Amino acid sequence: MNPSPLAVRCQNVVKIYDTGDQKVTALNGVNLEIAMGELMMLVGPSGCGKTTLISVIAGILDQDDGYCEVFGEDLLSMSNQRKLNFRARNIGFVFQAFNLLPALTAAENVSVPLIINGMKRSDAERKAVAVLEQVGLGARVTALPSELSGGQQQRVAIARALIHSPRLIVCDEPTSSLDHETGHNVMTLLKEVALHKDRALVIVTHDARIFDFADRIAEMDDGHIVGVKGAGLKAKG
Amino acid sequence: MNHIAIKMLMGDRGKYLGIVMGLTFASLIMTQQPAIFLGLMSRSYSFISDVGLPDIWVMDEKVQFVDDIKPLQDTELYRVRGISGVEWAMPMYKGLLKARLADGTFQTCNVVGLDDATLIGGPPVMLEGSIEDLRRSDGIIVDIDGARDKLGKPTPGGERIPLKIGDSVELNDHRAIVVGIAKVTRTFQSQPVVYTTYSRAKNYAPKERKLLSFVLVKAKQGQDLAELTRRIRATTGLAAYTGEAFKTLTYEYFMHNTGIPINFGISVLLGFIVGAAIAGQTFYNSTLENLRQFGVLKAMGTSNWVLLRMILLQAVLVGTIGYGLGVGLTALFGYSMRNSILAFKFPWQLLMFSGAGVSLICIFAALLSIIKVIRLEPAIVFKG
Ligand SMILES: Nc1ncnc2c1ncn2[C@@H]1O[C@H](COP(=O)(O)OP(=O)(O)OP(=O)(O)O)[C@@H](O)[C@H]1O
Ligand SMILES: [Mg+2]
Repeated sequence: MNPSPLAVRCQNVVKIYDTGDQKVTALNGVNLEIAMGELMMLVGPSGCGKTTLISVIAGILDQDDGYCEVFGEDLLSMSNQRKLNFRARNIGFVFQAFNLLPALTAAENVSVPLIINGMKRSDAERKAVAVLEQVGLGARVTALPSELSGGQQQRVAIARALIHSPRLIVCDEPTSSLDHETGHNVMTLLKEVALHKDRALVIVTHDARIFDFADRIAEMDDGHIVGVKGAGLKAKG
Repeated sequence: MNHIAIKMLMGDRGKYLGIVMGLTFASLIMTQQPAIFLGLMSRSYSFISDVGLPDIWVMDEKVQFVDDIKPLQDTELYRVRGISGVEWAMPMYKGLLKARLADGTFQTCNVVGLDDATLIGGPPVMLEGSIEDLRRSDGIIVDIDGARDKLGKPTPGGERIPLKIGDSVELNDHRAIVVGIAKVTRTFQSQPVVYTTYSRAKNYAPKERKLLSFVLVKAKQGQDLAELTRRIRATTGLAAYTGEAFKTLTYEYFMHNTGIPINFGISVLLGFIVGAAIAGQTFYNSTLENLRQFGVLKAMGTSNWVLLRMILLQAVLVGTIGYGLGVGLTALFGYSMRNSILAFKFPWQLLMFSGAGVSLICIFAALLSIIKVIRLEPAIVFKG
């Protein structure tokens, strides 16, 4: 039995943005495999296609060519509704800009993925409080995002990314809006609370200070994966 | 997701209030202006309502509305009386005559002459004296507004001493004595209304061959009114209308031949447009501002259908509040003006009318937002 089955398998993924007057090849044949239980970091110069790649992996952007399989399912061939359900159940998101809903309290924000999955509001909010406690915000469940510090907001976002037990969490620059110490704490939390043998984490980052948290680091340049450092599966492409 | 939609909407207090105020304004204008319009238009036929009792009004064929008097010969009265199905038929004089006031100034009055024997067609409410007092020699009944204002005795201070029972007036050089004060429904014309008997009215009026304005007809019990009207027309060659038909004739005359409907139409349209512009645009702006949030919800697996329902809910919410406030303010306005000269009529159909207007604005606002949100690419959530 394979001790670490694949969470993500990308083969020759191509994404070309067509803005009308010009075409930008953001992904130019990406090959990448991410295992379950793994924290994979994606690094590379600005504009090399990191965000585009995790958007494809998270199923919010369709590639133009190549194959991308998440938990054995080909996202491109899914119907819209199935893809929505797939995302609702399997994907957690963490953003650089937190992207919390400003009018909702911390607990309400965290409960959103459960509500999207059809859970009753009261149950969802009860569970949200428990998860907020897990990320150390048990005392701030009724606070609005504007009443929280950046680090606290990111912890709320992490709770939101976790609450529905997704099998894949994608994070785009989760520490870039935070100072060093706060960023370090957020990463520690992510690794402790979010990482799990049945879950993979993909973290896009520029922040060299957090590289230590990665199991593997995939380096991108110009729409390609140019190398993967660290233990585990061998790099391709 | 409903509570999320509502919180998103109300999250920005300023915008939320802007939307509600825009809709309140639109709803207020679209209710209040037509209410005044309907009130005014109903004044065009209030004389017909006041006369009340007769079933059918007979008049010259060319009459276009109630104040458009084209006199008949007195003999027409007897011809109408002879038609089968007529229970009774009474004469009525209606015309403008000059009254000379105590200080020597003149005032045009709307003089109504009632059948001497029955006094049918008199004022709806007597405030002082009784309609029977018209039988006293030179007796006239004056409407309270006229008595207080236009027919009042001017004083050096500018105020007027109201005309009262026992005072005398000169109508076309004939002496007339006030024997009663009545309350009549306001009409378009602001002249005082003076009631007297038919024969006295003929006396007051300039000598002419024809002085009969209307023949008022009561149908026999069980008589079909439409049928009787047709028979009167056929027999006399005159026009005959039921009270309701005569009201409609009058009302339509004012609708087609005055600028009143257009003026109010423009007000209503402006209210609609301004309301739609304020509320619609603010609603759309609020959606644009929340676009990233909608994107996050979309990325997390919310379907377009659910997002559409969320926006519709927001639109219905602001629409209901704005509509309620606007209609409530209109009702308050009408209530506070109930004793004033202002015309105001608020039938339930008007609620439907302004409700439809507000709904249209909300649908329009929601539609723009929905299109924007449905087209939204969830991948924007990762953009800086
Ligand atoms: N929606 C879009 N339309 C057109 N071009 C786009 C779009 N999104 C990204 N691009 C282009 O695609 C390329 C890859 O963009 P992407 O955002 O994936 O880079 P990135 O590695 O995440 O960069 P950064 O580190 O600055 O976030 C860039 O050249 C970018 O300008
Ligand atoms: Mg990026």
